[in-house]
Amino acid sequence: MPDYLLRIRRFDPTSGQAAHWDEHTVSLGPRNSVLDAILKVKDEVDGSIGIRCSCQQAICGSCGVRINGRPGLACNTHLEVAAARGGGAQSPASAIGGGRLSNGHRSADGERSADGERSDGALAGVIEVEPMGNMPVIRDLIVDMDAVHWKKFQRVTPYLVAREPVPEREYIVPHYNMVDVTQTMACIQCGACVSDCLSMEIDPLFIGPAALAKAYRFVGDPRDAQHAERLRDLSEDPHGIYDCTHCFNCIDACPKEVAPMSQIMRLRRRAGSDFGIVDRNNGHRHEAAFVTLVRDYGLLNEAELLPRSYGGNSWFGKFHPAAGRELLSSLSTVITGLLRGKISPRVALLGHRLPKADLAALRRIYERIEGRPERRELNLYVTGYEDEPEPATVGAGSAGEGPHTDTSASESESSR
Amino acid sequence: MLIIGAGLAGQRAALAAARTGATVGIVSKVHPVRSHSVAAAGGINAALNPEDTWESHAFDTVKGSDYLGDQDAIEVMCREAPDEILWLEHAGVTFHRNEHGNLGTRAFGGASAARTYYVADITGHAILHVLYEQLIKYADRVDRYEEWFTTDLLQDDDGRCVGAICRDLRDGHLEVFNAKAVILACGGAGQAYKPTTNGLIVTGDGIAQAYRIGARLMDMEMIQYHPTTLVGNGLLITEGARGEGAWLLNAKGERFMERYAPNKLELASRDVVSRAEQTEINEGRGFPDGSVALDVTKVPRRRTLEALREIVNIGRDFAGVDITREPIHIRPGQHYIMGGVKTDVHGQTTVAGLYAAGEVACVSVHGGNRLGANSLLDTLIFGRRSGEHAAAQALEMPMPSTPPSRLSDTERAIQAIIDRPAGGRRVSAIKDELGETMNRHCAVFRDAEGLRTAHEVVRRLKEEAASAVIDDRGTIFNQDVIGAIELGYMLDCAEAIVVAAQERTESRGAQFRTDFPQRNDAEWLKHIDISVNGGDVPKVSYSPVTITRWEPQERTY
Repeated sequence: MPDYLLRIRRFDPTSGQAAHWDEHTVSLGPRNSVLDAILKVKDEVDGSIGIRCSCQQAICGSCGVRINGRPGLACNTHLEVAAARGGGAQSPASAIGGGRLSNGHRSADGERSADGERSDGALAGVIEVEPMGNMPVIRDLIVDMDAVHWKKFQRVTPYLVAREPVPEREYIVPHYNMVDVTQTMACIQCGACVSDCLSMEIDPLFIGPAALAKAYRFVGDPRDAQHAERLRDLSEDPHGIYDCTHCFNCIDACPKEVAPMSQIMRLRRRAGSDFGIVDRNNGHRHEAAFVTLVRDYGLLNEAELLPRSYGGNSWFGKFHPAAGRELLSSLSTVITGLLRGKISPRVALLGHRLPKADLAALRRIYERIEGRPERRELNLYVTGYEDEPEPATVGAGSAGEGPHTDTSASESESSR
Repeated sequence: MLIIGAGLAGQRAALAAARTGATVGIVSKVHPVRSHSVAAAGGINAALNPEDTWESHAFDTVKGSDYLGDQDAIEVMCREAPDEILWLEHAGVTFHRNEHGNLGTRAFGGASAARTYYVADITGHAILHVLYEQLIKYADRVDRYEEWFTTDLLQDDDGRCVGAICRDLRDGHLEVFNAKAVILACGGAGQAYKPTTNGLIVTGDGIAQAYRIGARLMDMEMIQYHPTTLVGNGLLITEGARGEGAWLLNAKGERFMERYAPNKLELASRDVVSRAEQTEINEGRGFPDGSVALDVTKVPRRRTLEALREIVNIGRDFAGVDITREPIHIRPGQHYIMGGVKTDVHGQTTVAGLYAAGEVACVSVHGGNRLGANSLLDTLIFGRRSGEHAAAQALEMPMPSTPPSRLSDTERAIQAIIDRPAGGRRVSAIKDELGETMNRHCAVFRDAEGLRTAHEVVRRLKEEAASAVIDDRGTIFNQDVIGAIELGYMLDCAEAIVVAAQERTESRGAQFRTDFPQRNDAEWLKHIDISVNGGDVPKVSYSPVTITRWEPQERTY
C-alpha cells in the first residue's frame, strides 16, 4: 500500500504552545479516507489527536475539516483525491506541483518546507488536515461550532411554524415541493460551507450559507405559515440574504449537494419577486439593477449600477439622496479605477452599446421569461443532471414550481 | 428529569416530557444531530393507509420476531404508529408524497403491505433534524447538554436511580445531575463488533451502565446482521434498495432468494436473508471477497437517483461503484441489537426511577429479529411513552438527593485511567480484538465451541482493559479517556451477548445455532435475562413471552 505523509494541525489551549503541525507516515490504500488515516494514527500512535467523528459514511456531519486547503468531510475524502490537490491548495506552487507539497503559507510555525519536498520517491502524497475556518478552534481539529454555526442556525427560526388549520391527517403537499425542500433537509450541519464562506470572513455577523439554506427549508415548505415574515426578516437584516457575494465556495464545499448559495438566491427571488420585499439595505434594488441594466444595455453599465441600486430603475433615481451619498463615498474608488485604466470615462458614462439586433434578441428572452404566468425554478437536485433514459419523464430544465407535477417513476412503489 | 442520549428516542422523550410541564435536561456525548439515529435510512413503519390495519403490522412484527416479541408491547407500538407519523408530519418531517400530495409508502422486508413512510433514504436523518428543530423551539423547557459524557448512574440508598454524573467534554469537569427520573436513550452496542454499520459512538454505554447498577438485560443474544453491508468497511446499504426492487445475486448470477424465501424473496425478514447470503457464501457460491451482489440496476435509474440518493453516494465514495449501472458486493454485517435493558411498555426498567427507550432498551417489540423500519418507530413510540410516564411520576415526588462522595469517586476513577503506567495494551487494540472475535463467533451462525472461545476472549480482554493505556493526559476534549471507559461498556455488553447466546440452545430469529438448528418452543419460548451477579459471571434468569392473540406458528417467507 502506498505511503502518505499525514500532516495534522495540532493545538491544545492548555499546553501554552502555539498551533503546530504533526507528521506521520501512514500506509493505506488510495481509496481509504482521510479519516481512516487519522484514526489509524490515533489508534496506533497518538490517541490524543482530537477529531469529532462517528458514522464514517458522510451522514452524521461530525468530521468537517480542511483537507489540503479545502473544507469537507474527512470520512468521504479519499486519500488519492486529497493528495492530488497538493498540500495547501491555496498556494499557487501546489497547483503546479500536483501531488507535491509546496511552501506552507498557512502554517503559523513557518517551518514546513523540507518535509513535503522529500524526494524519496516512495511518498504517494501529502495530506494536510486543519480545523475548519471561520470558527474558533477548541482543540486540534475540533472547532467551536456552538459559537458560530449553531448560533446562526438558531437565528433563522429553525422550525416549522405550522400553517393553520393543522389537518387531521397529513398536509396535502405536491411531490415536487417535498423533494425540493429535502435538498436542504439533506444538510448534515457539518459546517464545511461556513468554514470557507468569504462573506463571513469579512462580516462575521453574516447569517451564512448553512443557516440560510435551513431558512429556505421552511420558506420552500408549503406547510409553513410564515413565509412572508421569514423573508422580510432575512431581507431586512443587513447580515441576511443580500450579504452573500455569490462566490460559490459553499456550493463547492458542501458534501451533500445542498448548494447553499442556490438556496440563498431562491430566498432572494421569493422575497423580491413573490413578496415584493424591498429591503432597506437596497439589496433587492441592487439585484434588480443588474437585471434591468442587462435588459437595457445588453451588458452591465457600472456607471448606472449605483444610482439604480439606490434610487430604483428610473432616470430620477440618480438624484435619490442615498444614491448621491453612496456615489460621493465611492468617488475615491472611481478615481482610482480611472487612474489605473480599469474604467474608461467614455464607457463609464455612456455604457456599452450592443448592435440593435442583438439587443432585440436579448429583449425577446426577457419578454419570454417575464411573460410566463409563473416563475420557473431550475432545481437540478429534483430534475437530475443528465437526461434520463426513461422517455416519459419531463426533461431537465423544464421543472417548474407549483404547476409542475413530475411524478415519473416515483409513485410506482405504492403498488408493489 | 434527566434524559441521557439525544437521538430519536431521547429527543422524543424530552419533547413529550416538556409538554407536560416537567423540567427536562438532555445530555448527549455528541451534538444531538450526530446521534446514530441519523444513519437510519429506509423509513418508518405505520399502518396509516385506510386499507392497512395495525393488526396486520403487529402480526408481521410478531412473526418477524420469531414469536419472541412481547405481543402486548407490539400491539401498543403498532396501534400508536399512525398518530406518531402524523405528529412527525405536522412537526415538519418532509415525508415523501405520492402524486396526490398524500404521504407515499415503500415496501420493506417482512411486511405484508407497503407501509414504510420515508424521506428518500435519509429518513432517520430527516426525523432527527426535525426533532432537533423542535428542541430549539422548546429551548425554554428543555436544557440541552451537548457533548457531555455520562460516566455513572446514581442511586440512593434504596437503589432508586436519582441522577447521573456527567463530564463536560469541552473542559473535562464533572457535574452531578440530580433527577427524579432518568431515561436512558443512548443506543445500542454495535461497536462491540467489527465491522458494524454502527457509528464509532455506539458503544453500549447505557446498556452497561444500567446493568452495572442492577437492571436486567433481556434478549441480548439477538444481534441483527443486516443483509446488505459493504464488503470492505461494513457500511450500510439500505433495505430500501430491495424495497424499491433490487435483487440479490450470487456469483453464478442466480437470484438465490428464490430457494430460501419463495414468496417474499429479497423482502423476507433480515435474519432469513442474512442467513441465506451467508449460506451461499459458505457453500462457495459467493464472490472471492466473501460476498454476494446487490443489483440495484433493477430499479429505474431515475427513481434510484431520487429515492436512494444516499446509497448512490455511498457506492461511489466508499466502494467505487455506480450502483445505478452495476451490482455492488455486499454481505451480512452487524447492524442492531434487539436486546437491551428490559423495560415495560412505559419504558420502566427493573430499577426504580430508571427508564430506557430505543435501541438501548428491550421492551421487547423486536424479539428475535427486528423488521426493517420498526426501529425508528420503536424509538419514537417508547421514547414518547417513557417521557410522558416519567414526567407524570416526577410531578408527584420530591427531588431526591445524592450521596456527595460520588463525584470524587468518579474523578478518582478517571484520573486512575489517565495515570495508568505504560506497558498495557492500547485501547484500540483490545477493541479491535473484541470486535473481530464477536464477528467471528457470535454472528449469523453460532455454535457452542465458538461461543465458548468468544467468552474466553472477552474475559481475557476485560482483564487487559483494566490496564489498557491511553496517551492523552489533558482535560480539553480528552477523547482517549472516554474511549477507555467506553471499552469497558462494550466488554460488558459483549459478555452479556455471549452468555445469552450460549444459554439459548435453539435457533430462533437472529440466533442460529448450527448445533441446535431447530426452533424449540417447548423449552425456549421465553426471554433470557442477564443481570449482574456481584461476582464475575453474569447471572442468567428467564422471563415469559407475552402472547396475546398470535400463537407461534412455523415461520416461512
